[in-house]
Amino acid sequence: MSTTLQPARRRPRRRQVAPYLFTAPAVILYVAFMLVPVGYAVWLSTRAYRIEGALLGRKTEVFVGLDNYVAVLTNPEFAAGFGRLAVYGVIAVPLTLGLALLFALVLDTPAARLKRFGRTAIFIPYAVPGVVAALLWGFMYLPSTSPFSYVTRALGLGTIPFLDGPGLFGSLANIAIWGGVGFNMIIIYTSLRSIPGEIYESARLDGAGEVQIALRIKVPLVVPALVLTGVFSLIGTLQLYSEPATLQPMTSAISNTWVPLMTIYRDAFGTDDLPQAAAASTVLAVGTVLVSVVILRIVNRKRMGVER
Amino acid sequence: MSVLTARPGPASTRRDPSDRARSRARQGGWGVLPTIVLLVGAFYCLVPVLWVYVAATKTRGELFTTFTFAPGTGLGENLTALFAYEGGQYLLWCLNSLIYSGVGSLLSVLVSTMAGYGLAKYEFRGRSFLFLSILAGVLIPGIVLAVPQYLLLSQLGLVGTHWSVLLPSIVSPFGIYLSRVYAMSAVPQETLEAARIDGAGEWRIFRTIVLPLMVPGMVTVFLLQFIGTWNNFLLPYIMLSDQSRYPLTVGLFTLLAKGSSSPALYSVAITGAAVSIIPLLALVLFLQRYWRLDLVSGGLKG
Repeated sequence: MSTTLQPARRRPRRRQVAPYLFTAPAVILYVAFMLVPVGYAVWLSTRAYRIEGALLGRKTEVFVGLDNYVAVLTNPEFAAGFGRLAVYGVIAVPLTLGLALLFALVLDTPAARLKRFGRTAIFIPYAVPGVVAALLWGFMYLPSTSPFSYVTRALGLGTIPFLDGPGLFGSLANIAIWGGVGFNMIIIYTSLRSIPGEIYESARLDGAGEVQIALRIKVPLVVPALVLTGVFSLIGTLQLYSEPATLQPMTSAISNTWVPLMTIYRDAFGTDDLPQAAAASTVLAVGTVLVSVVILRIVNRKRMGVER
Repeated sequence: MSVLTARPGPASTRRDPSDRARSRARQGGWGVLPTIVLLVGAFYCLVPVLWVYVAATKTRGELFTTFTFAPGTGLGENLTALFAYEGGQYLLWCLNSLIYSGVGSLLSVLVSTMAGYGLAKYEFRGRSFLFLSILAGVLIPGIVLAVPQYLLLSQLGLVGTHWSVLLPSIVSPFGIYLSRVYAMSAVPQETLEAARIDGAGEWRIFRTIVLPLMVPGMVTVFLLQFIGTWNNFLLPYIMLSDQSRYPLTVGLFTLLAKGSSSPALYSVAITGAAVSIIPLLALVLFLQRYWRLDLVSGGLKG
């Protein structure tokens, strides 16, 4: 009797331990490479280096409270970086999502031809790293190699200022749109494909055209996918770094503090002010999480309002 | 027919030829418009890629003088210069990219699958806390972490080694989240219970029953992670100083940065970019049919 009971008693215990073992590697790595760095950055952001002694100065670390945060938040260049990021984001995010939605709807339209070719072609930039995308577009912007400026010069209109003044924002946004449309299109498209076809049948019987079906039925049903892609695009926007950094050798319009991450990089590795960089990183991370949460909140409230 | 979802369902009945003909007849002039929109999109996405392959055939002189889409005569010369650059650095960068993305993503998938399965199929104390922490991690942009990770790894003396890029690339809150979603729909509770009644241990159940069921989800997580790591720039740029450990992105970036003072390197950078696109293009085109992006869009139905 006792031998048959034993495994029955042992089994639940094993089942209690198993989930901890399964999640342990992830938890350890998560703590080591996400929580601890965040904690370390926050701790470091309250410190500063002081040089002690007049002649033989020794670098020591002292606690300075929120001084670094005050410095970061009152630094006009850091704020200007966020301003430039906002202009860039206002162009890049809506256009990326709008085009992705447009292409997804077209792919889901019965009348469209060459769908597989179109889908694959639009998806291809996803496989191109941001640095390489910036390199490709950079040469297409550069006056001496740009095919667009070649045409406008031939027409007597002069060179297009892709890399100067306000044109720079559009040019950088274009790189992001080019790289992002395909992936977002696929996300929205797979979401469209999960809608059962019968929903459209009754609309068609009522005489609705494909455009009406797309706008009145399909778009509202893929709102969750749009929210997801929107949040990811926004997070991507706040992380903008490699594209402007890659274009930097091609234009003088991009400074070393053009976007917040470039300022952080300069503080950490250019001027060796690690506490300052840590404080700026913390501000950027908190800002990102706040923006995401606010968007998700607003969308959820609106959707609930619609459902009621 | 469907490459990305491999899921014939109501969608395929929607697309039968007679239906297509009927709707086209009803729409009249709208019929060609969707195809045109699609072709314009395809053109926009392909032009820069076409450009880089044309530009890779040009000599240094031709690059700045001939029309951009006119092919040149310097392909062989450019390739030789690329692979000879500083004693064959370019091949090392390719190899490094492959190591960071390949090994990193493989480990990432294993860790994520185990965690996702644990979170999806077991009741245990701390489960919802753990899951919420991981969800919060999805929102923290990886790049913002790069500087703190550098500070930490420099304390451990790992900065500059392959590990400094590899280890942070294994953690993927989004991968864990997707694995959990997939495990919830793909692994039936009854199968687990039946195996337990047969006396199988938890690890054996995972290895022999759960892993095979989760392969489509694992492929998806692997590809997302692989491309993410392959395309990553700031993390290796911050961590590495020895150029023989650079991945392609950092290598090409330094080539281009040097190009502003010695324009000869522009052709090398362009050719390097053209060559670097090929393997990833092949991977994406080949694996498109195996991955399940409905997992990401939330349209997954078990």
